[in-house]
Amino acid sequence: MSALTHHAGPYDQAESLRDDPRERAPLVLGGKGFHDLSEQVSDIVERRMVKPWLLLLIAAISLFLVLQGSLAKLVAVGVGTWGNNHPVGWAWDITGFVFWIGIGHAGTLISAILFLFRQKWRTSINRAAEAMTLFAVACALIYPAFHIGRVWMAYYLFPLPNQMNMWVNFRSPLLWDVFAVNTYGTVSLLFWFLGLVPDLATLRDRATTKARQVAYGIFALGWRGSHRHWLTYEKAYLILAGISTPLVLSVHTIVSFDFATSVLPGWHTTIFPPYFVAGAVFSGFAMVNTLMILARRAYGLENLITVRHIENMNKIIMATGTMVGYAYGMEFFIAWYSGSSYEKYTFIARAFGPYAWAYWTMVTCNVLIPQLFWIQKVRRNILITFIISIFVNIGMWFERFVIIVTSLSRDFLPSSWGYFRPTIIDISTFTGTFGLFFTLFLLFIRYLPMIALSEVKGVLPAADPHGHAHGHDDHGHAAQEAAHHA
Amino acid sequence: MREAQNETVLVRDPPWGLVGYVSSPAEIYHACEALRDAGYKRFDAYTPFPVHGLEKAMGLKPSRLPFIVFGAALTGATAALSMMIWMNVIDYPMNIGGKPYMTLPSYVPITFELTILFSAFAAFFGTWGLSGLPKYFDPVMQHPLFGRASDDLFFISVQSDDPNFDYHKTSSFLAGLGVKDVQEVQP
Repeated sequence: MSALTHHAGPYDQAESLRDDPRERAPLVLGGKGFHDLSEQVSDIVERRMVKPWLLLLIAAISLFLVLQGSLAKLVAVGVGTWGNNHPVGWAWDITGFVFWIGIGHAGTLISAILFLFRQKWRTSINRAAEAMTLFAVACALIYPAFHIGRVWMAYYLFPLPNQMNMWVNFRSPLLWDVFAVNTYGTVSLLFWFLGLVPDLATLRDRATTKARQVAYGIFALGWRGSHRHWLTYEKAYLILAGISTPLVLSVHTIVSFDFATSVLPGWHTTIFPPYFVAGAVFSGFAMVNTLMILARRAYGLENLITVRHIENMNKIIMATGTMVGYAYGMEFFIAWYSGSSYEKYTFIARAFGPYAWAYWTMVTCNVLIPQLFWIQKVRRNILITFIISIFVNIGMWFERFVIIVTSLSRDFLPSSWGYFRPTIIDISTFTGTFGLFFTLFLLFIRYLPMIALSEVKGVLPAADPHGHAHGHDDHGHAAQEAAHHA
Repeated sequence: MREAQNETVLVRDPPWGLVGYVSSPAEIYHACEALRDAGYKRFDAYTPFPVHGLEKAMGLKPSRLPFIVFGAALTGATAALSMMIWMNVIDYPMNIGGKPYMTLPSYVPITFELTILFSAFAAFFGTWGLSGLPKYFDPVMQHPLFGRASDDLFFISVQSDDPNFDYHKTSSFLAGLGVKDVQEVQP
């Protein structure tokens, strides 16, 4: 148990793993009440700054400075500072873009799709996962913005009146991507902020300093928890979940269109949209696991993010990893079945050509290693889960690299074949995005409630107004009649 | 009216209402049902999380938000389609790879995205608009324990402009329901 733990009551993790069909396993361990939860979650942002956090933040900011330096170099010198060149015109930049966008998808899956499926275990992890989505989208947006080279021309991407009197081309998948990713980032921000408001109100009401009171007070928007407000709020939550679900599926679908609508062998396939979406969810859950395993340990949140939560995520990782593996296999089948010699050659070159090392790294990390999750003991082992999540993160970066670079490096004309080598700026830019990501995530953990407090309170057994046998009506006809009458 | 009856009664404005609290979701559910059945309309519950089904106990109608969002969704779809058709078909048709100008399938993704974007803005701002937020002050905040409405207490308020409101009757009614520490608050 960590030294930072203040509220670890006596509880047994095994309780969260109970599989009794007559009774649901508890989502919050240790018999916590409403006030205990407020204390435990608010304490993380209210306690004095701790050294390990500060050291991590300094490390993250240093990496972020590496990103800034790399981007400054790119703006000053030009896109040639990246290794992209004929024939590989898209390389680490788009790899990094798709990698980060994909990671974001797990946050939306947890906040929206699991909400629609009434998966109550999502409440302990959704806030942090949504934050992860936002920060991942921020990292992703850096790539297209700077790949332009002349970043001050970025407004060309939008349908704005400009000096050329020309409009953007709405028939281009790259423009669809601009709309998809920006919509995704905006909607994720609105959804996340909507969820935060009641918890910011809790922090405001608990504030002991004027600065906190004002800061949290402004962003809490004067939330008082009136049920008339909750009624609209819950409707908005449902609507946002409902529209985020097709949105998140559309985003990676459209990202895959960037490739699939071209005529390049290895890209021009109809399997791309579902395959990209499955891969996105796969990589995102791995990142959620990486972050949450560290956070629950550092802040003693094992009673809220139980082994059951981790196990559930591992099951999703295994399912989506298997889908991704199926897609890898199906690509080969279709390449053979298509009868196109270029298509066939691309896939043979992928697995046995100059990039075979990348291909087999991808297969090992994404298809083989997650299969260990068939074993219950592995799914429930936090350390092994953490290690596997790192493997998946690596594997999914390689997946995008393999798709993008192998297809481009050997196209129709052998005379124009080539081999891509990253430059130091390629490497420092990608490493630097982790600096941005972790800087934002560490600030989030420190200043905002990492656990969705009002939602976790709502899934406690004590939150059920019908939990104890009282003499009031049972949601039934009397109540409805009265509602109509009103 | 009061001052006309008796000069010795202190002349003052009527209070905004009465505020008290209970400490469990079941109790607030019960109290809201009782207020609803007694014919009260202008009362509210303040809870740290949305208590399941409380709107039925309070006799509230469903939120109007979905209609607002639906309107925004239609606006988004229309705006997206007309923008794309006007820009790429009417104002400045560009021949790109011989693709047709008026090609609905390639306008589908952006129409979809903007429909979602407009709906999300409507849901977000609609929530605050319908709730009257942001709001600096709410009379219920004057109850000394109200800060715990976002923690672990479940507050209930009855406004004095409710036709059924009577200071003494309502306070004893609330006390009878187990509502603790009932206090009057000013507007």
